[in-house]
Parts: sequence; structure tokens; C-alpha cells
Amino acid sequence: MCTVCGCSSTKAHDHDHHHDEQDGDHLHFGNGDAGTSVPGMNQSRLIQIEADILGKNNSYADQNRTLLADKGVLALNLVSSPGSGKTTLLVETLKRLSGSISAMVIEGDQQTSNDADRIRETGAAAIQINTGKGCHLDAHMVGHAVEKLPLEAGGILFIENVGNLVCPAAFDLGEAARVVILSVTEGEDKPFKYPDIFANADLMILNKTDLLPHLDFDVEAVLANARKVNRKIKILQVSARTGEGLDSWLNWLDAARAMQLVGLQQDRAAE
Amino acid sequence: MHEMSLCESILDILKEEAAAGQFTRVKRIAIDVGLLSCVEPEALQFGFDVIMKGSLAEGAKLEISRLPAEALCLTCFKTVPVKQRFDACPECGSEALQVTGGEELKIRELEVV
Repeated sequence: MCTVCGCSSTKAHDHDHHHDEQDGDHLHFGNGDAGTSVPGMNQSRLIQIEADILGKNNSYADQNRTLLADKGVLALNLVSSPGSGKTTLLVETLKRLSGSISAMVIEGDQQTSNDADRIRETGAAAIQINTGKGCHLDAHMVGHAVEKLPLEAGGILFIENVGNLVCPAAFDLGEAARVVILSVTEGEDKPFKYPDIFANADLMILNKTDLLPHLDFDVEAVLANARKVNRKIKILQVSARTGEGLDSWLNWLDAARAMQLVGLQQDRAAE
Repeated sequence: MHEMSLCESILDILKEEAAAGQFTRVKRIAIDVGLLSCVEPEALQFGFDVIMKGSLAEGAKLEISRLPAEALCLTCFKTVPVKQRFDACPECGSEALQVTGGEELKIRELEVV
């Protein structure tokens, strides 16, 4: 006997037919999805939902953003491809901020704590997040890392995302601004190849400008391409190695830090 | 490949909906993916089959609808269709476009048992 439909056939036969269809000399019921038949009821039903797939990440990001704003900490999400000089830029920045501004770093990498070790040498607090197989940080990971950091009003939290121009684009971490770093050893068409990450960035840093004399890199072209993808993007040209352009970057940080504190002071005054 | 994480988010949503809507199995999921969203449909499909294995949505059909992208031209003030973020206005040639649609990434409908 067939154990699926109970018929007497000993040969293999399929049961993949509509539930009220007549099959030879017997009718099949109960082969539908629920495995049972209830007169007048369709076994499957449709549910209309409008669920944002990134909704959960976005709600964690909102929590992070609120917490950081309440504490008066400027959080920046630093994104780039691997090898753009992100960590070197960060180390040089931290050296200059050292002693005057409380700087904290969350380092995202698939493996190793090499970058966090480099950061700690500057005296800044650093938390390493190893994403394992993950290709990006998400707001939930950052929320846990933030719990471990000494948040101080007027401080800056640098979140160094996993080196990747694709995946981090989709995940809001709760940052105040997103900074994309592109080095002159990459192609001028990177903003066109990876438009999502450039479209969502507030600032682009064109790094390693000290190498320009040795390259055929067209600076005007890359600036125009970035602006085609994102009309509002601000752009700075920097060499973390020679220090050229770092003052402009520090000015930008100062301005962004001041913006993060404006609301806070007003809130405190109102209390 | 962040599509894997997105599929895990989809599974989380399905579990929550299953508890709230009293169903035990998902047969079909219809999702909307805007043309400018950061998602590659083929990678999403691949991740979906892997992540849903052993879950309430094992073997479920994933239907991906691509939603068109559009932008407001800040020069001629027309809403125009675009294919990429750096497209110029097809009406007046201006490059000052503000994307107004095409970034969607959401579950629209479930067929459940």
C-alpha cells in the first residue's frame, strides 16, 4: 500500500497534483499543505506584510544614534576597499587628536586584532570586532562594542568598517556621518563601479596623494565621478603619509564635532 | 556577500510573523527589490535557499520583483526613470537628479500554511 495516499498501487507514483483532482478511480484529499482536509477552507493563505528587510538593523542603528547623540559623541563610519590606507589615516589622525580630544575606535575585520593593536599604540581606546565570515559591520555588533567604550561628550568614535566597497553600504550603524576613503592607486571609475557606497557617504577622502607624481591617476575625473553619484558629497585630498591635507580633515572633524554638541548643549540648558 | 545577512533578516521576520499570524510553514515569499537597492537578486536567491534550510521556509519559493528607479530632476523638475545613480536626466540632460524611488528592500506578501 502506498504510505502517502493509501492507494493499493505498489509502483512509485507522484502525489503532486491539485487536491481535488480525480486520479483514476479515487479522489485525493489531504495531500495539500496542511496534510488534512477541512471543507470550505483553502489550506494555504496569503498574508500581506510590508516588512523592511533591513528594519531590524535600522532600529539598532537608531538606538545607537540616539545613545551617541545623548552622550555628545560624534560617530563616523569609515568605509573603503582593503588597502586604501584607512588604518594609517586613522593612526595619524589619532596622533594629532591625542591629548585634546577623546577618541575611540571600533575596528571591524574578518580576522586578527592587528589594526586594533596599531590603534591602541596611539593611546586611543579600541575595540576589535572580528566578523568571522561576515563582510560588513552591522548596527547590532556596533551597539555591543559601544557599551564597552568610555563615551565622553565632545569625543569622536571612529568605526572602521570591514574593507569592502559593497556590503557595508546597506548597513546603517547609527553613525552621524559616513566617510568613504579612496586611494589614488585605485581607479577613477570606482564611484561608478560601487555607486551605493559613494551615494550614501557625506565625505570622501582621496588618500595617498603623495603618490600622484608616479601615477596616471586623473584627480579631476575621480572628483567629477564622485559628484555625479552624490551631488552633496564633500571631498578632501589627503596624504596620511606626508601629512598633506590632514589639517583640512581635522577642521572637518572639528566642525562635525561641534554640530554633534550643539543640540546637546541646548537639551542640557532646557533641563 | 551581505545577501546572506539579509536572508537571515528575512528568516527573523518570518519567525516573528509565524508567531503572530499562527502559521507553521511558508510556501512563497514575495519581495520587492528596487533597482538601486544594494542587492544582487541572484545572490539573494542563493543565500535564501541556504539560510531557509531546516526552517519553516525550507523549500519556499522566493519571488523577487524589481521595482523601477526614478529621480526628480532639479533642473526641469520632472520625475524621470533612471537605471543608475549617475544617469543624466533623459528630458533635459541635467546631472542634478535626486533619487526618489528604487531603493526598496521589503517583504510584500507571504503564502503560508
